[in-house]
Amino acid sequence: MPKLSVEWINPFIEATENIIGTVAMVKITRGKLTLKEDSAVEYDVSGIIGITGEAVGSIALSFPKKTALAIVTNFTGEEAMGIDNDTIDAIGELTNMVAGSAKKIFSDKGIKLKISIPNVVVGKNHTIVSPKGTPSIVIPFESDVGELAIQVSLKPGN
Amino acid sequence: MKIITIDDSSTMRRIIKNTLKRIGYGDEILEAGDGKEALEVLENNDVDLIITDWNMPVMDGLAFVKKIRSDSKYDDTPIIMVTTEAAKEDIITALKAGVNNYIVKPFTPDVLKEKIETVLGKKD
Ligand SMILES: [Mg+2]
Repeated sequence: MPKLSVEWINPFIEATENIIGTVAMVKITRGKLTLKEDSAVEYDVSGIIGITGEAVGSIALSFPKKTALAIVTNFTGEEAMGIDNDTIDAIGELTNMVAGSAKKIFSDKGIKLKISIPNVVVGKNHTIVSPKGTPSIVIPFESDVGELAIQVSLKPGN
Repeated sequence: MKIITIDDSSTMRRIIKNTLKRIGYGDEILEAGDGKEALEVLENNDVDLIITDWNMPVMDGLAFVKKIRSDSKYDDTPIIMVTTEAAKEDIITALKAGVNNYIVKPFTPDVLKEKIETVLGKKD
């Protein structure tokens, strides 16, 4: 897995489409993949989960404010008014569900991964930088409520 | 009917509470944000059903279930695990630790209702 092949990316794409579609009832459509040496997603809020096991790295779910509020509102059934503690918690849990769903897809292929507790980063145009030597890829998505992206950073584990 | 819902996500606790109310199990719901907090709550409260997450800081759901199953007061209280961990080996691990039933997030109210009725022995 030197270059982050499709087999390592697709489960995350599938999991993101599934989870956002199921819990937020928002259909998302994949945009063009961007390979990034030093990855830089520019969004307002990101949920990040660490991955260990047969691959090591992280998955991040990043949203502009507008998309985050719409998706969290659908997820919780209560209107999200801003990037407050409730919204931050919900983004963390959504990321948890995406990572868990991807983990299950890998597990069905015989690949064992572990996932961490989610962290959420808030800040206008923040970036998520992966450790040197960990390939990173950004997958943007479009939807009726705005754009979002996932950033997968993974290298072989042990 | 007294229920405790344990999850590090306040969003999930709210969703589970609202769902429990909607399906008729909303009389008395206690909350905890991790396993350790749950043990503290359970020291002073008797509950009829435990609904717990797996991935939590401080004390995760698996450690919590093992701990509570070694307590004679709670060795047969029904436990439902509601988690994103959906891999087969994870489900087996949880059941071995003493979980009675297992729900993969996200879940629908119908699934929660069905699993509760199953662990309470109300299903025929
Ligand atoms: Mg959790």
